[in-house]
Amino acid sequence: MKPEEETLSALRVSAVKKETIISLYSSLYLIRRFEETVLENFPRGVFFGTTHTYLGQEADAVGVLSHLQDDDILFSNHRCHGHFLTYGGDPRALFAELMGRVTGVCGGRGGSQHLHWRNFYSNGVQGGIVPVATGMALAEKLKGSSSLVVAFLGDGTLGEGVVYESLNMAALWNVPILYVVENNRIAQTTPIEQAAAGSLAGRFSAFGLPVIELDTSDVLQISAVAQAILSAVRQKSAPQALILNTARFGPHSKGDDTRPPELLARLRAEHDPLTIHGSRLNPFERTEIERSVNQRIEAAYQQALQDPFPVLDLQEST
Amino acid sequence: MTTVLDSLNAGLHQAFAADERVYLLGEDLLDPYGGAFKVTRGLSTAYPERILTSPISEAGLVGIAAGMALRGLRPVVEIMFGDFLTLAADQIINHAAKFRWMYNDQVRVPMLIRTPMGGRRGYGPTHSQTLEKYFLGVPGLQVLAPCALCSTGSSTTSQTLPSGSPGELLYRAILTTQDPILFIENKLLYLQPVQDESSLNEFDVNFLPEVDGIPISPSFTLSLKAAPPASLTVLAYGYMAELARQAIYQLAYEHEIFCELVIPTRLASCSIQPVLDSLKRTGRLLVVEEGTLTLGWGAEILARTSEAPGPVLKACGRIAAREVPVPASGPLENQVLPGVADIAAAAVRLNRL
Repeated sequence: MKPEEETLSALRVSAVKKETIISLYSSLYLIRRFEETVLENFPRGVFFGTTHTYLGQEADAVGVLSHLQDDDILFSNHRCHGHFLTYGGDPRALFAELMGRVTGVCGGRGGSQHLHWRNFYSNGVQGGIVPVATGMALAEKLKGSSSLVVAFLGDGTLGEGVVYESLNMAALWNVPILYVVENNRIAQTTPIEQAAAGSLAGRFSAFGLPVIELDTSDVLQISAVAQAILSAVRQKSAPQALILNTARFGPHSKGDDTRPPELLARLRAEHDPLTIHGSRLNPFERTEIERSVNQRIEAAYQQALQDPFPVLDLQEST
Repeated sequence: MTTVLDSLNAGLHQAFAADERVYLLGEDLLDPYGGAFKVTRGLSTAYPERILTSPISEAGLVGIAAGMALRGLRPVVEIMFGDFLTLAADQIINHAAKFRWMYNDQVRVPMLIRTPMGGRRGYGPTHSQTLEKYFLGVPGLQVLAPCALCSTGSSTTSQTLPSGSPGELLYRAILTTQDPILFIENKLLYLQPVQDESSLNEFDVNFLPEVDGIPISPSFTLSLKAAPPASLTVLAYGYMAELARQAIYQLAYEHEIFCELVIPTRLASCSIQPVLDSLKRTGRLLVVEEGTLTLGWGAEILARTSEAPGPVLKACGRIAAREVPVPASGPLENQVLPGVADIAAAAVRLNRL
């Protein structure tokens, strides 16, 4: 970020209303507590398959998505829980989906990575979502709607060729989409130094997309910049990119983190969005928010556990 | 005379006229070129805002079309050569075909991918293949293949496209599907005339508009007029159906072997009812395809006919391409791809069993 942009976002930070600060903290903590509950309970065998937790990256989802309008579309990836919850998705339905219950977001058919609710979509194949999200934005433009699409991808996904086919067509056809790269510097176990040559921003600017790169886990900074970019995407009806340099605190899925504990401790100490944003609240306010969210998550988890499993009905789909 | 190319072109024009949600994406589509095989000619002139000529990006194109379909449009994608479908396989199998079921039937994906397949034009190993067998049996994906036939009856859906004709099949598929469709056009079919019972004056044509209640699944059964009862059922689709028709004509006049030729236009989902009906009369089955033999369409057909209750097959066999890439040299290509003589020889052999 350029110095004048930093000043600008600092000014915006000081002007943020108290209820917005509380609401953003609540959103951040909702993701944190959901993901912790998933990891804590995985060993009990209540969830199917695997999971990819969003711990550490919460400010990305909350900062960007707080500016979505009702008809906007969100396309997410394998690490989608944070995006889904911030979009307004029901924690109980997400728990139930991970537990393979009929009340799950997709009735247990999709599991952790394959969600659809209202204008939220996710899929688990790296890169494959990018043309689909681009096509959605193109369709909205062709239909004359004012909706835009936000597509989240990770740094690892930049290895997939179809991403660049999509960026090219998005630029050629002026598609109203924001590509958000959450660069947590590691793809499963492969560090970015072994996966991405050259510059990440250059991969977007090569196609003529305006790109902004942010190096922060502060939800207010991300929010201020995202607001401006989304407004530009909407006004110009053209694609842009936002690179968020972030930190993944947890493993890629579960128990597969090969990074040294000291590095993880340092990431948590320096980049925790809850610590950074929580400092804007007094301890009593934080505790109150956390207590209320803990109750909500616990209730959602317990309700999902009671929900029935689905039964295969092949007639339904024909 | 209407060729298959004319018919498909008319089907596209009528689909564009009928529904403004129809879009076309693909490479080199714009007039005066009008697409590599000219199936799309005239569309960019008539509907310039709905034709998106694209960079060489098959995977991206199919993904973009899937996104458009999820948001209520009816996109058609042209993949210039069917060989290039492999580039889009992830988008077809892991995205477009999965969305509806994976998202718990909350979405529909009404899109169609058309592509020319097949050899006999000397294009060599990467522009001559018949690859649809790799896309058969993908849950959520339908595969259609027109042939150069139509019914004498008029269509219920279009006033000028004859029922069962390539253009009518394409028109109905584009306008009515709720799921992704792969539409396979054999290259050598393009210049064939679309024939009905009146122009095929030596054949009786039994047209079945729908098989097993599956939408968009017309099928044809041909037999020589005034022939004795048939002793062999031949099953073929696309351009192989043309070669099979020549073969059964030859078999009748040169070997006094009489056949019924069953021609489906839907490969997936798979229904073999017209084959079973014919087998009740003949008891012998020869399946003909232009793709390679191993683990192909014919293998599935024979498995299903064997599993079906009813009289045991007296004899069955398959004719397909040899298990090598399709060569460029004409004489070599003719040895690799199945021809009229191969079908006739197999029929003579099966008829002895």
